[in-house]
Parts: sequence; C-alpha cells; structure tokens
Amino acid sequence: MYLQDVALILQLIELDTYLEEVNENMSKKQVVSSTINGQQVEFLTEPQQSLLECLRDTLGLTGSKEGCNDGNCGACSVLIDDRLVNACLMLGMEIDGKDVVTVEGLSNIHELHPIQEAFVLEDGLQCGYCTPGFIVATKALLDKNANPTEDEIRFWLAGNLCRCTGYDKIVRSVRLASQLMNDANEDLQ
Amino acid sequence: MSKKMIERDKHISVGTRPERMDAKDKVTGHALYGTDISLPGLLHGRVLRSPHAHARIVSIDTSKAEALPGVFAVVIANDLPEADDRTEKAGESTINYKFLRDNNLASDKVLYVGHAVAALAAKSPDVAQTALESIEVEYEILEPVLDVRHAMSDQTQVLHEQIRTDGPDGSGDTPSNIAQHIRHVKGDLNKGFSDADVIVEREFTTVPVHQSYLESHAATAVWSMDGTLTIYSSTQGAFLARNQVSELLQYPMAKIKVIPTEVGGAFGGKNPTYVEAPAALLARKTGRPVRVVMSREEVILGTGPGSGTAIKVKVGATKLGKITAVQAELCYEAGAYPGSPVHPGAMAMFAAYDIPNGQIDGYDVLVNKPRVAAYRAPGAPQSAFACEQIIDEVAQNLGMDGVEFRMKNAASEGTVRLDGSLHKSIAIKEILGVIEDHPHYNEPIEGPNQGRGVAIGFWDNWGARSSVEINVNSDGTVNLISGSVDLTGSRTTVAMQAADVLEIPFDNVKSSMVDTDSISYTDTSAGSRTTMATGLAAVEAARDVLAKLKVEVADMWNVSLDSVIYSQGVFGTTESNSESITFADLAAKLSGQINGHGNVNVENWAGAGGGTIVDVEVDPETGQVKVLRCTAIQNAGKAIHPGHVEGQMQGGVVQGIGWALYEGYQYDELGHVLNANLLDYKLPTSLDVPSVEAVIIEKPFPSNPYGARGVGETPIISPAPAIANAIQQALGKRIDQLPMTPTRLLEKIGVI
Ligand code: FES
Ligand code: FES
Repeated sequence: MYLQDVALILQLIELDTYLEEVNENMSKKQVVSSTINGQQVEFLTEPQQSLLECLRDTLGLTGSKEGCNDGNCGACSVLIDDRLVNACLMLGMEIDGKDVVTVEGLSNIHELHPIQEAFVLEDGLQCGYCTPGFIVATKALLDKNANPTEDEIRFWLAGNLCRCTGYDKIVRSVRLASQLMNDANEDLQ
Repeated sequence: MSKKMIERDKHISVGTRPERMDAKDKVTGHALYGTDISLPGLLHGRVLRSPHAHARIVSIDTSKAEALPGVFAVVIANDLPEADDRTEKAGESTINYKFLRDNNLASDKVLYVGHAVAALAAKSPDVAQTALESIEVEYEILEPVLDVRHAMSDQTQVLHEQIRTDGPDGSGDTPSNIAQHIRHVKGDLNKGFSDADVIVEREFTTVPVHQSYLESHAATAVWSMDGTLTIYSSTQGAFLARNQVSELLQYPMAKIKVIPTEVGGAFGGKNPTYVEAPAALLARKTGRPVRVVMSREEVILGTGPGSGTAIKVKVGATKLGKITAVQAELCYEAGAYPGSPVHPGAMAMFAAYDIPNGQIDGYDVLVNKPRVAAYRAPGAPQSAFACEQIIDEVAQNLGMDGVEFRMKNAASEGTVRLDGSLHKSIAIKEILGVIEDHPHYNEPIEGPNQGRGVAIGFWDNWGARSSVEINVNSDGTVNLISGSVDLTGSRTTVAMQAADVLEIPFDNVKSSMVDTDSISYTDTSAGSRTTMATGLAAVEAARDVLAKLKVEVADMWNVSLDSVIYSQGVFGTTESNSESITFADLAAKLSGQINGHGNVNVENWAGAGGGTIVDVEVDPETGQVKVLRCTAIQNAGKAIHPGHVEGQMQGGVVQGIGWALYEGYQYDELGHVLNANLLDYKLPTSLDVPSVEAVIIEKPFPSNPYGARGVGETPIISPAPAIANAIQQALGKRIDQLPMTPTRLLEKIGVI
C-alpha cells in the first residue's frame, strides 16, 4: 500500500465521521429568530424544512398555500425584507434575522388592507386558494409601482397561477387596489 | 312546487352583485381548506405509488417500514373489505365501488404509473416519505397499453380479464379493453350522405388534461370512541364522499361524518375520493388523527384527468347550406377503469344543430393511465374540437360564412338530438345572433398571420337532489344551511334566492355549508347544478317559512289563513286594514322558533348554450399562438349573481385556452408521465390570455322560478375549436390535435 493511498483512506474516514456529524446535526432543530408580520418570533426548525412548512405547520400561519412546492404557482408568496419570494423555495433557517410578511400580516380583525378590499369588491376570487399569493404579490407590485398599467400587472403576476378566474377580475382588483391606495395616500397628504 | 315565475320587479337580491360571504375570510388567509386542517396528535399520511404503468403485484412487504421509528401504521388493499361490483352516478360521471376500491389501493394489479399501492402514517411528512421507500413491492411487469386505438385492437394486452364490451347488440364474449360501445342513430345515414353536395371527413386526437385545481386532495380522518368516523375533506360533494367511504369501509353512513372544508378548486376532479378511505384506515389503526395531503406530482399522476380521445367525423351538406348527415366515431380513454365521459361527449356533439340523419358510435376504452374524472362539461370539449372544426370546414367548402352556416342548421326548442332526446328551451339561434352583431365579430382583423375563429357548444347540465334548511332568529335574521359544498360562491347565490323569496335584505341571511350529520342528502356540487338546484331548495325552504309564519299570523289575529298577505317584509290581512306586523317583529314574538325545509329532486332542468369568438396571431417562425382577443357568449337563463356568472365564463374560457394551446399529459413508451409538475405541465398565466369579455344572454328556463340555468361548464366547450378555426384562418392549415403546440404548428407549416 502506498503512502498516498493511506492518506486517502484516512481522508475518507474523516469524511465519514464528518458526514455522520452532519447527519446528526441535520436531525437537530435550530432556533430561528425573525420578525413575522411585525412580531418578533422565535421558532425551531429542522434544517431541511422549507419556510412554507415552518409558516404553516410550526407557526400556524396557514394563509400561505402550497400549490406545487416547486416555485411554479405563487400560492406561497410572502415578502422577505420587502422582496417577493416563494416560501416553498426557501428554508425556514434562511429567515433568521429577516422581516417576513404573509397575507395574515396585511389586515387586522377590524380592517382589510385596501388590496384585500379591492379583491372583495371586484370578485377577484373564486375558490380563493390562489388569493393570498396574489394579494401578497400585488402588495409587492404596488409598493414599487403605484400606478401599474394592465400590461405591467399581467407581467408582474405571471408567477402566480389562478385556475378559476381567468385573471380578468384579478387584474381589475389590482387596478382598484392601486386606486384605493393612491386615494388613501392623497387623503393623508 | 309552484311553477309560477317570480316577477322581475320583486327581485331584491337576485340579479344584483352582493359581496361574497366567504370573500373576507379568503382574502385574509383565514379560510380553512382541506390542506389547512390540523388536530392535536396529528399524524401525517403518505401514499406509495406504482412506478409501473401495468404490472401484477406479486408481493408487498411492509415490515421494514413498520419497524421504523416514527412510523405508526401501514395499510394495503387487504385492509379494505371486499367491495360490491356496483356502479352509481356521481355528478356527470359514474363510480363503480369495486374499481374505486382498487383505485384507492391496488389489490392484484397496478394499472398506471402513480397507482396507489400502500399508505402509511408517521410522525412527520419527512419520516413518512422516507418510510415509503422501505416498503418492498415485487412486481411482474406487463406490457402497457397507452394508445386508445391500439387499446381497441385485438392485438393488445387487456387490462381487466373480466371485462367484456357492453355494446348496442349485447355483450361481447372475449375480454376487451372496450368497456362499452354506445350508438346513437337518427334518420337514414346513407340517404343523408347521398343527398349531400359536399362531404368532409377528418380525424382528431386529444390527450388527457388535468383539472389542475390549485389545492391538492386532502383528507383528515379521526375516530371517536363511540365509533364515529369524522373526515375533513376537500371533496366537492360531502355526501358523495361519505357514501364512498361507507362503501369502501363497509361502515354505516350514520357513523361517518364528512365535514367539507373550503375547496381550492375541483372542476369535477374532486368527485371521486382517493385519500379519504386510506386516511380513515390509518386513523383506525393508530387511534390518532391522520391527514393525507397529496403533492402536485401525486395529483397529476394519481387523480383526474380529463379523457384523451381519438375522434373521426364526417359531415355532409347541400349547396344551400343544409346539413344532410353526420357520422362520428368517438374513442374516449377511460384510463385504468371503465367510465370515460363518452356519453356526455356524444350527447354534446352536434347538439347545437338540427341534424336530420346521423350516427354516433362511442367507445369507452381502457388504457394504462389514471382513471379519468369529470372535468367541466366532461367529454364535450373533445367532441366540440372535432365538431366545430368540421362545421367550419364544410362552411368554407360551400363558400359560406361559418356563423351563417351554423344559423341555417341551428337547433331550437323541439329539435330531436342524435341521442334521441328532445331539446327544451334553448338559445342557440340567439347566441349566434349575438355573435353576428357583436363588434368583435365585425371589426376588421388587424395584422398578417392573424385569424378569427368562432365556435359554439351546448351542454345539458344536471339537476338532482338538494336540501336546504332555514332557521329564523328572534331578531329577524335567518340562518340558511345547505348540503352543497360551496366551490365558487354558491353560499351567496343560494342565500340571494332565499332573501328574495323572504323579501328581507340579503345581509340578514347568513348562509353556511354544513357536515353530513346536519342536513339531509344533497348531491355533489357538479353538473352546473348548485346555484340552480340548491337555489331551488332555498326557494322551497323560504316558502315553507312564509307558509308557517302565515299560519302564526292567522292564529294571532284570528283571521282566515287565506286572508294573510305578505309583501316587502310585512304581513297583513285582507280582512282588515289595521293589522300589520313585520317579519322581524313576528320572529321576535315567536322567539325565533320557526324553520323551513326545502328538499328538492330537480328532474326538469335546462341545458345551456354558449359560444366563443377569438382572435389569434401566429408567429410563423416560432409557431407560437397568441390569443389577442376573446369574447364569450352564454345563455344563463337568469344570472342570479352576474359577477359570478362572468367569473365562471372567464375562468372556463381560460381553461379552454389552456387545453387548446398548452396543456396535456406527455408519456414515454413505458407509460411514465414526463411532465408531472407545474413547470412542464403548463397552465395559462395572466400573460398568456387577454381579458375575456363575457356576454350574458338571459333566455329564461320556464320551469325555474327565476328562469335560471346552470352556467359553470358550458364556457370550456368552445374555446379550443374557436382557436383552431382562428389558426386555420391565419395559416390556412387545420390543426387536428390538442394541444396546438408550436411544434405541431411548425410541422403543419412545413418548417420542421
Ligand atoms: S407552492 Fe410555492 S410556488 Fe407553488
Ligand atoms: S380563485 Fe381558485 S385558483 Fe384562483
């Protein structure tokens, strides 16, 4: 046996122990602390758990939905530090120290967010399963662009699937939402 | 039941657009869907699925999985009692319990990739998923049968040794993949074709498409010590789900309580149950609540879809534009077990026309693909794809405008269809009239490579059984409960009809869907029936309330019952001018102990017709089709809530656009699905479709108090042929396969 082979075997043994450790760590839960819907939250997550699983199963925030679990439907849309992301594509661990907004964070028991109000008024939903995702995505859009055109709305929402409405009433809802939000801003000024 | 039409000016709610009762809960994320249900001590169920399209199960060894830490129970087909070989109607589709049992958990054979073989419950979804891999199944692999025409030939494997063709001349005597052969004949076919000046013949094919509701199937089962099995289910029919579980478990209906959750879309695909019985078995074995939620891949592999088809059609017409004869052969894939929608497909084909001579042969064909489920007007989009293209082609050959040709041959009240039934009140001519006059049909097409297409369709809808109860509270508000699962707003539209009859504000009615313990039998929310049939039950229940209140009033004032009148929320009597009492005051006097029942079995309902005008632009270099403009026209009878009707029309049309251009299962030669995810199985997004203009026609159906007809299904029928006709106009080529993908178009143009 040559010396370099011995070294290789030793390396492999090291790798084995390393992998064992990783495996052990994997099953260990980790503490994540972040701000969710304006509240400071600490929770435990297994390293492989998606943010969507953490929100829905650990934190009981079932407003974010799973439609595909692979980034193709937008039903799980949330805002992380004001950026629109698919919660099914992130790990729970990755929101440590971050600010998360889910659909539940937009309203309180007394008042709907103007975007939510607009979806209600324009019948922008049927089964409603895609709706939380659309509402969060709309918030991200209107935060960037207060007066989107129909094309801009359709382009922005192309990452969110709706199987029921055919999108027309959703686009109308977003237009109304932008109007309601602009009116509210004018009133403030 | 009084058949008297309720006069229009009395409509307080009907025809208006009140806010949906479930809207606020849904926009805030508070509404609970099947996938959201959680109970203390919940275990997570997962299903092991077959990797083979056709194989005999030699053995299943679950011992390793059972021994894993965190695994609580494993079940296989043997855990289910033997089931009756009995078939029942479920929506527009049927369910055979023996086959349903095998489709829930395969016993002797697996018949498609994704067929459920075993299920287990574990402490977490991850543990459950890992444990599935340690279940050992030995298969003896058989040749898969994937093509519908091949499946029909004698030279192929049969899926079920015991199945003989049930044909128009009796039953076959050798095993066959053709489970059923139906035939409709009218007039004299040979004479019809010999009278024709023009005859066109073509064959069309379509592949399976999935309903693709955004929420997957989910069921959470829990047993209580008194033997009650409670199931929270994302089903579209709570009683239908209860009855299936009762059959599968051979357990009394009274002890099964199905609680319908909010449903994230169904479109016909949530009539059959898949996960309810396995969840119940696992919950019984473990003594804990078990939730089974499918992944998207499982939904695509193991549920639905709509039928793939091969359709031959031949049409003859005179120079003057009269159809003299039609003939069609409809081969519909049933998937693994009998029950394709070939019946409704054959019913709908040519139903919009008055055909003197015709024959339709329909075949229900077994292939190694998932057992099809109803999908919005099941069977009709496929047969319309063939019918409406051939109609267009005949018109072209005659040098006649397509709409004019359709008008010359349109069916009307009294027309006998090819399936022998008589058309009741329909509005095909009115629909064609609206198309002819619509600016969309008359404005010029703008650019090169653009085309405009038109197609129409007819759908028979459904009636069936519905139950509604109304309880009057002492403050004059009322609670309305119904046995119908609310898929897209029926809680609201049903309450509107009750408010209308009670002549109280819509806001005073609170409407809920309830579990199967709380109300009497109600058929599934399918067949475009809910707003119409459950609405009728609500009208009955409201009339019952008023009748009972009138008795109370007569007693109270000591006047004759006949003299009691009720108008705009106030009771009075013709015997005196001085007596009057409001609905609310009377309710208070009676401490709210008044209720009304409405149990209806609607046997007299009306079909609905509709049409699509569509403009497309084809990119001759890429083969890409862009839908530029789309108008949908539909006869709603009476739009109870016009906003909901528009929503049904727009949603149905966009599903039709998806079916036309993007959607479809792709298989390899072994029967593996190549696109079992939402990236490769493409659904239309907001960028792919224009805003669909919805034009509602209201030709009332005389037997409904409001004139209402079902509206949910018709809109999906005509978009695909309309798009095909538009592509034909743009390219001069007819596309005879769905979906009409860029590759197919380029092949037709001769680019590839
Ligand atoms: S569930 Fe996250 S994108 Fe579909
Ligand atoms: S409302 Fe059902 S998926 Fe959008």
